Amino acid sequence: MNKFSLGKYLLPTYISLAFIFLMFPIGYTFVFSFNDPFKNTPGWQGFTFDNWTGVCNNEAVCEAFGNSILIAVTATIVSTILGTMLAIAVTRYEFKFRSATNLLLFLPLATPEVVMGAGLAAQFFNVGIPRGIGTVIFGHILFTLSFVVVTVKARIATLDPKLEEAGRDLYASPTQVFMKITFPLLLPGIMAAALLSLALSFDDYIVTAFNSGTEITFPKYVYAAALRGIPPEANVVGSAVFIFAIALVLVFQLGGALKRKRIAKLAK
Amino acid sequence: MSTQLSVKKVKTAGRPKSPKILLLLLLPGLFYLGLFFITPFASLITTSLQAPVPGGGIGRYQPGLEFGNYVFVVTEYFDQIVRSFVYATLATLLALVISYPIAYFIGVKARNKPVLQALLLTLVIAPFFISFLLRTFAWKQVFSQNAFLSTALRDLGLMADNEFLLGSSFVVVFGLTYNFIPFMTLPLYTNLERLDTALLEAGSDLYAKPTSTFWKVTFPLSIPGITSGTLLTFIPIAGDYVTASGNFLGSPNTSMLGNVIEANFITIQDFPSASALSVLLMAAIVVMVSVYIRRTGTEDLL
Repeated sequence: MNKFSLGKYLLPTYISLAFIFLMFPIGYTFVFSFNDPFKNTPGWQGFTFDNWTGVCNNEAVCEAFGNSILIAVTATIVSTILGTMLAIAVTRYEFKFRSATNLLLFLPLATPEVVMGAGLAAQFFNVGIPRGIGTVIFGHILFTLSFVVVTVKARIATLDPKLEEAGRDLYASPTQVFMKITFPLLLPGIMAAALLSLALSFDDYIVTAFNSGTEITFPKYVYAAALRGIPPEANVVGSAVFIFAIALVLVFQLGGALKRKRIAKLAK
Repeated sequence: MSTQLSVKKVKTAGRPKSPKILLLLLLPGLFYLGLFFITPFASLITTSLQAPVPGGGIGRYQPGLEFGNYVFVVTEYFDQIVRSFVYATLATLLALVISYPIAYFIGVKARNKPVLQALLLTLVIAPFFISFLLRTFAWKQVFSQNAFLSTALRDLGLMADNEFLLGSSFVVVFGLTYNFIPFMTLPLYTNLERLDTALLEAGSDLYAKPTSTFWKVTFPLSIPGITSGTLLTFIPIAGDYVTASGNFLGSPNTSMLGNVIEANFITIQDFPSASALSVLLMAAIVVMVSVYIRRTGTEDLL
């Protein structure tokens, strides 16, 4: 009896503790975004909204944030388009080098960022391309591409081919089938891939450090600042991005969960 | 390669499709990977064999076949190479032990509660949405010299005044584990989510204790999830240099392969050494991954 109740409470207790552990740095960043940065002394100095209302008083943070957004959005647009095309090609067509292509698409996922960053930097150096925002974007497209392929492929695998067949049976042209059936069904997967790609690109430090030259991005700013202490404005940017992203994910996730619940009810 | 593409009908895909569209879908992406993934890697290999320009000063190298560069980096950075693999192995194992119950709870116990499941999954990936560096910095503050933890340990006599938590192997492995837990939890969850609970009932019907049901049924069935989780965790940890850097949780005594590659490439400008180390790291990972692929087939991962 005793053992039974232990088993019953042990796992939920562990889960609660594990989530507190996982959430701790998020909470820390959020709390310290309200810290009054009195004379740059470390530790808690008092509560203020000033950091939130005047993020751009810290010009360096603001500029770094702008660069990061520009890089993340550009890289995401390109990698989402290229990745979706690749995902459709390898799942919907059979061709001679399909497994070799799959391997090539998988390899960037298995490559540590430091190797990717150094390789790109070596190439830009050898070819004589000056490093800057452009070279960073090339690097970010590279490492987000495979994540897009994986995410969209997972979505394609769940599609019911009968839906497309039905379209063809009703004399829809291949373009119509794609635009009216396949693409709308793939859209949630493509959106998820784009969101993932945005998050990965925005957060990247390693590939960026090797290929950005003197340009500053948000992670680069934080890396350098970490030696002495992170200004609260950086915590504001981190927290704001977090709230925005998590809101998007919650809408997607809970929307999906409620839909499944409704379907389950209907099935009863 | 592209001229030899032959199009066949895929079982699930309906009628055969035009090879022109296939080329249109494939070529831009493959071209990109060729230009920014394959050739950079070739660049790394050629750079790793370069020789210094005689009397050329810092950062000046010419094409060469200096295989001795590899011998040099392995002897010079032996400690960091070993440390990277030890840290990565420890952190991967810790992440597995911490993640398994979480993944089990979300994938099996919360299966009939879709809202709770979605909420917990969101919390697992939540750390991805706050800067990796800010997260690591939060732990730096926790372990810093004047913070509560350090003073408490000193007051209890568990730590001497001249000892520091920051910069120790313990704290670096802790940080690595924390930073990469979601990479372990997600593949484990994906696997356990498909676990057939009827098998667990069968186990208990046959009077197996919960622990033996776990070790004889659940655990063996979750091995594919464990394998992809360990790969997805181990690879980025082995190349990470943020956590172990002096700006965050580490010190010169904890520097890893990534720190050495970064220092050689960016600070010292010894491009051949940085490239040789990168090629070695990649080679080690390709060996690991190909063992994995031989066991499971590529389609499983992608």
